This record gives sequence, structure tokens and C-alpha cells, in this order.
Amino acid sequence: MSNAAPVTDWVHDFDHTDPRWTENPFPIWDELRAECPVVHTKRFLGVYLPTTYEAVKEISYDTEHFSSRRVVVRNVRPEPPQPSPPITSDPPTHKPAKQLLLPPFTPDAMKKLEPRVRAICNELIDAFIDRPSVDAAAHYTKHIPTRAIAHMLGIPEKDGDLFIKWIHEILELGIHDDATLMRAIGDMTAYFADQIEARKKHPTDDLISTLMNARDKDGQPLSDEHVQGSLRLLLIAGIDTTWSAIGSSLWHLAKTPGDRERLLAEPQLLPTAIEEFLRAYSPVTMAREVMKETTISGCPIKPGNMVLLSFPAANRDPAMFPEADKVIIDRKENRHAAFGLGIHRCVGSNLARMEMQVAIEEWLKRIPDFRLDPSSEMRWSEGTVRGPRQLPMLLGKMN
Amino acid sequence: MAGKLRIRVDQDKCQGHARCKSLAPELFELDEFGNAHEIGDGAVPAGLEDKAWLAQTNCPEIAIDITED
Repeated sequence: MSNAAPVTDWVHDFDHTDPRWTENPFPIWDELRAECPVVHTKRFLGVYLPTTYEAVKEISYDTEHFSSRRVVVRNVRPEPPQPSPPITSDPPTHKPAKQLLLPPFTPDAMKKLEPRVRAICNELIDAFIDRPSVDAAAHYTKHIPTRAIAHMLGIPEKDGDLFIKWIHEILELGIHDDATLMRAIGDMTAYFADQIEARKKHPTDDLISTLMNARDKDGQPLSDEHVQGSLRLLLIAGIDTTWSAIGSSLWHLAKTPGDRERLLAEPQLLPTAIEEFLRAYSPVTMAREVMKETTISGCPIKPGNMVLLSFPAANRDPAMFPEADKVIIDRKENRHAAFGLGIHRCVGSNLARMEMQVAIEEWLKRIPDFRLDPSSEMRWSEGTVRGPRQLPMLLGKMN
Repeated sequence: MAGKLRIRVDQDKCQGHARCKSLAPELFELDEFGNAHEIGDGAVPAGLEDKAWLAQTNCPEIAIDITED
């Protein structure tokens, strides 16, 4: 948490790490959106926040004025750290870097991974199903994406706790603490350097080897730095995000018995419901750096500032989504931007959707009755990936 | 009666969200990068009109055009 002064004027001085934002950002976004499509704060060395779907979309499509070289808003702004292509890439280097990662993440590729994810979910449930209560964030939602991405990369699933520690240091502590962030990136890079060296001697058929065997348009292999950067990206982007998305969905179902009962009765509705959970509880806010002066939705935008590209706020814009503040699990028209818009569309969106589908399906099959545990504390993550980090549940029918 | 529908995925706009393929697998296919294309000449067989519109209204990039012959 930051030591910054508490916010008294959200419109001119917002802080996305303020505890009230962490706890419940939706009324804050509504207040800001009613005021202006793009608001600004002097905190974090100057940051804009687009609050409408339209403004978020304009910025997402505008790679001329907005660079991806920094994708996290922090208290300091040193030279951009080692790139993690393609998320930190701009045109023209973005497309070739992204195309290398797309084939392993198509829906068909995800179908092959699905049985492993289903098994992971059931192994996790086996461990707590006989208990009266469980912290679903610590014992379920956290481990599903961690083990799935480890499985894809070809690294030990048991190293998951280490990955989660690095991600916490990079995405949460790193906002305010540069030394911790740099150490975590260093540890992660060293970990992957070892994995790459091992595969130079003994090639494997996992995603690390796929990247090592990839060739650029001139037929050259990628540098070790490029491979390490992409691996850092896959690990960082593949865990907190889906952990959050599964957690928020279960949180909603735990506190909304009507929706839970409907999904139990109509399991074929689950994919539509998942799109609505993605819209209403989008976990990921990205960032851009303003490179050139421009105007967004009539608001002047000046270089030297960062942008919090809030897909979650865009997805709550009533001008785009009727009854935007209501979770409607059979919402028919849903062009939500949870996975971004434009060239930086999340490369793992098909993986995330499959994990959400399987995780909620298996949970509902085996634990049809559950609710929030009022005697324990619920806790949300701070920063730009939002989801439950403590999710205490009571399991079984109410006595 | 309304004319026959025809769909087309704008390749400059499609970013591979794959919503269309998920909602209307009879009408869309994905390439090796996961980007969507209409199947065949994009003519929508009778009975699949609702699915065509469902795919169109769920595409985040507004990349699907529907025309009436």
C-alpha cells in the first residue's frame, strides 16, 4: 500500500492504489465518468484515466501517440526495464513478436490442454471438499492458472509459489518499490536462463522450446533476451489475471444464489455467463505512455504522462452497456473489452476462457452449495490486476 | 421476406478474440494465428441468421460485416 495522502478529490487527484479503490472501484469510476471521459492525476508522475468505453477504445487503437514500452503505472519512471515482447512492443516490431506466440494459444490448442486443467481443478477440490469452509483464493483459484501455464511452458508445477511471489513483487509491491521489482525481474530472468540452457542440451516439446526454435523473418533465431522477455510476460500475464477472473466469478456466484441456481439448472448458459463476469469484473487494467500531444474524446493529452488504460471502467460504461452496473448472466450483446482492443489483444484470452469455464464447471459440479463466510475477511488485490486474494467460503447446504 | 445474409470478417480489424467462432462455429473458422474468417463465401444458410447476428454483436473489434443479398 502507498504512503500517499488519502484522496479527497477523485476527479483531479485520483489514486488507483487508494484502499477505497481497491475495495470497490465501481462508484469511483461512475463519479469520474460523469465528470469527464478522461481524468488526470498528478500522482505517479502524471497519469490520465479514460473512463468511457469510447476513450479507452480510441487510446487502444492509437499506437502513434500511445506507446506500450511501459505497461505498469508506478511511483518512479526509470528507463524502461528489459522489454517483454510483444506486450511492451509497438509497431513495427509488435506483429512479428506476437505472431510467434499466437499459434500455441488458439482455441484448438487449448482443447488439448483442457483435460489437464480439469484434472488440476479436481485435485484441488479433493483436498478441501470435506471441510466446512475454505479460502477459495488460496486453495483453488490461485493454483489453476499457475499450474496450467507451468504445464504449457514445461516448468515444474510445484514452482508455482515462487511464480506467485515474483508476480506479487512485480505487479503490487513494484508500484512503490523499485528495488523489489528489479530483484524479482532478475530472479525470474535467471530462472528462465537456466531453463533455456537446459533445453539447449536436452530439447523438449514445450512452449519454451517452441520459442527457442522460432525464427524471425530473416530466418534467425530469437535472442535469449527476447525468449526470456516473452517467458516473463507469459508467466506474469498468465497467473494473476485468470486467478482474479475465476475468483471474481466464484465470489459473484457465492453471493448471488439466483445466478448460481440458474447455472446449475442451465449449465449450457455458462459460456455466456463467463463473458458477463469478464465484463463486470474485468481484472486487467493496462497502461500506455503518452509519446505525442493529442486529444482523446475532446480532452487534451500531453506527453510525459502515463495512461491507465482501464478496460474494467470501459466495461462499466452505461453508454456502451445497458444496465452496465448489473450482472446479467444471459446478456446477449456483449462487446466487452476485458482482453483489450486492437493489436495488443491478450494472447492468452483463449487460455483464460478455457480455465474459467473448466474451473467454474468443476466447482459447480462438486460444490453446488456455497456462500461467502461472513466470519472471515475478503481481500482484493491492489493495483492494476483486480481480483480476490482472500475468498472465504462456507461449503455445503446452510444448516 | 428478408434477403439472404452474407458475412465477411474484415482482416484489418480482426484481432483473434474468437468470439464469432465460439458463438457461430458453423459460420466462422480460425487460421493458425487464431484470426477469424467466414467459411466459404460467407453466405449464411437458412436458420443460422440469429447466430450470424449474435457473432456480429459480440465482436469487440466490430470486424464482422453483415450484408443482405
